[in-house]
Order: sequence, then structure tokens, then C-alpha cells
Amino acid sequence: MSAPESSTAGKLRLATVWLTGCSGCHMSFLDLDEWLIELADQVDVVFSPIASDVKTYPEHVDVALVEGGVGTSDNLALIRQVRQRTRLLVAFGDCAITANVPGMRNRLQGPEPVLRRAYLELADGSAQLPLAPGIVPELLEGVIPVHELVPVDLFLPGCPPPAARIRAVLEALLRGEAPLMEGAEMIRFG
Amino acid sequence: MSVCTLTIDGHAVAMAAGANVLQAAREAGIRIPTLCDLEGLSPVAACRLCLVEIAGSDKLQPACMTAVAEGLEVHTATPRLRDYRRTVVEMLFTEGNHVCAVCVANGHCELQDRAVEVGMDHSRLPYRHPQRSVDLSHHCFGLDHNRCILCTRCVRVCDEVEGAHVWDVGWRGEHCRIIAGLDQPWGAVDACTDCGKCVMVCPTGALFHKGDTAEEKHDDSSRLVDLVRARQARQGSP
Repeated sequence: MSAPESSTAGKLRLATVWLTGCSGCHMSFLDLDEWLIELADQVDVVFSPIASDVKTYPEHVDVALVEGGVGTSDNLALIRQVRQRTRLLVAFGDCAITANVPGMRNRLQGPEPVLRRAYLELADGSAQLPLAPGIVPELLEGVIPVHELVPVDLFLPGCPPPAARIRAVLEALLRGEAPLMEGAEMIRFG
Repeated sequence: MSVCTLTIDGHAVAMAAGANVLQAAREAGIRIPTLCDLEGLSPVAACRLCLVEIAGSDKLQPACMTAVAEGLEVHTATPRLRDYRRTVVEMLFTEGNHVCAVCVANGHCELQDRAVEVGMDHSRLPYRHPQRSVDLSHHCFGLDHNRCILCTRCVRVCDEVEGAHVWDVGWRGEHCRIIAGLDQPWGAVDACTDCGKCVMVCPTGALFHKGDTAEEKHDDSSRLVDLVRARQARQGSP
């Protein structure tokens, strides 16, 4: 892995991406509290569900933190775009790395049994399958870890990764170094 | 008692004949990762984590089942072994359904610890998401096959320490699983004494106390070790 240099003379262009995950990794990112203010001085957040209103993934992104596995047609299109337009792709949290809790649906083998279970069998009333082609993305056959689809440069495990772990990774990247991913502080699942 | 002198990673170790290489390594303060091994239970070499290289042999040997011998030259941490160990842990994770975040043993799990130890930040092998069942028929305990790594500690502790032999291993290959009695629901097996030793020694969250939720199961395998030591002290060591 080569550490990223910022694409312009300016700040590091940072994106955060939310695929099939619960947003807990992003919440943990927000747990960086006042360090976020320091971070904001050093990066441009160019795409993020929690820090930007941009809807289209931009070009020339230096670092992307990708939360969640790939579980929908929308996720699949986005992760391919992210890979193409990002220098350093970080699999951010256990869902991105292992499929984790969303991946528990893989045992039901396909979207139909999953939708039937969730929207019909477990419904209290008004049971109906969600159907809005072109608006609600289709579920893929299963939830797939990001690195099984596109190359990943760095793995940041945890459910969620603790804020200190996220900070240690970002600080190293901001220094232009590869973070040392070893030991329970840095790579423990769960 | 005769003594053998062997070398482990270049360190000379003197060990009583009859001991195994894993015990010798521990004696020398050299750590070899393990999962199925537990003091007080007979070794089975089920997990393959303790594989070592022996000079003069191309075949890797499980340290827990390899007897010490005079002049034996053992290597425990070559690049090849490190890579194999990580692969073994990746295989354990991908062949079952290990969802650490929602597991009773999260934070107290030997499999989770070994993943850290071997440097597993992701699996290079694809996840298989097998269909496995959960047995909640026992009134105190549960067995979640999704989290079982087939270390057989439960089988051995029930047979060798409790003397009830409730557990065994059934079927083969990807269908291999722990069975109670003659592949009956656990709660239907009269031989079970409800002692809970199997739960105590389980390295993951596969065996658990009913009512425990995420992160509430603690690793109690040291209690079993204490029990076996106390029994040996009382009866005279074999």
C-alpha cells in the first residue's frame, strides 16, 4: 500500500461512503468529537452521508472510508465508481470486511426469501413487498465484502471501529504514512 | 525419567521424554498459537494452528501431537508457518457464520483473539455462509452450530473429565458437526449431567448459558484447568 499524497497542492480529498451497514461506523467517526475540527482543517470532505450534500461521487478522491458490504444494485454501481475515482480505498468496519450482520441474510439464499421473511412473515399488519423499480434499489443475491468485488487498500475492522482506531488510521494517512494495522487496538473484529 | 534436549527456534530446551513439542515450547517461553488444546484434555490436533516445521522433514507436524526427541530441531514461526496459521484462522471464520458483533462471546473469544494474533485484518478466502442450526433443547444451555469450530474440547471434557460422553462428532467434511447422544436434541440426552463443563471450555460462543446475550459469555476454560489440577493433586498425578 502506498500512502496517499493529496491530489492538489491543497488538502487531502476525503470521502466517506455508506453501503449495506447500519451507519454505526459513521457514528463512531462522529465520536472523534473535537478532533473532527482539527481534521476539517486538513481535509476536504468531498462526499459523505454525514458531512456533505453531494449526491454524485466525485473524481480524484484521495481517501475513501467505505462502510458496509455490497448488498444492492445501488451499492454495486457506487463501489465500482468509488474504486475508479479513489486513490486509497479503506474497507471501514466489519460489514465492509466480512458482510457481518447484513451478511446473515445470505443464509436465506437470495433476495426473495429475505423480502418474504422481513416484509410478509414478520409483518404486524399491511404486509406487502416493497416494489418501486428505479427508486428502491434491488437486493443482490447476497451481501458481499467489498474486497471480494474491488481491490481494497486498507482494512479497518471493528463493529464499529472505535474512534481511537479511526483516528490512528487517519493521522497516519495525513502524515503520508501507512498505518500499522496490528494488535487488538487496531484489527480486532466485533 | 529420561530427558531429551531439543532446539526450538534456536533455543535449547531440556524436556522429559513423553512430553510433546507444544509443552516444550511453553516451557521455553515460546508462544505457539492454539485453539483445540487445553491443559487437562488429551491433545487431538484438530485446529492445526500449532503446526511446526521439523528439520529434515517436509511434512508439517502439530506440536501438540509431536513427541519430543533427542536432537529434534523445531521451527515455530517461519514465514510459511505464519502464512498457514493466518489461513487456518481465515478458514475457521469463513466456513462457519461468525458474526462477532452480536455473539455472546464477543470480547472473550479465543477465535477472535487468534485472528488478532495471526494478523487477520480480513479474509483472503470467500465467506461460505453455510446453513447451520441452533439447539436450544437443553434447559440451561444452548449450542449454536454457526459458531462451532469443531475443536472438540466439549467432546473431550465430557468424556475425559465428566465421564458422561454426551458429545461426539458426526458426519464428515462440510457437514461435520458436534452431536449430542445419538444425534439427538441435547435436552433429550439422559446422560447429560447439566454440569456445564462443555460450556466452560468452549473457545467461542458455540456453547453458551441460556439468557446470555452479546458479550456476556466469559472465557471460563481456566476454571476447568484448575479443576483438573486439583483433581490430579488429590489423586496423585498420573
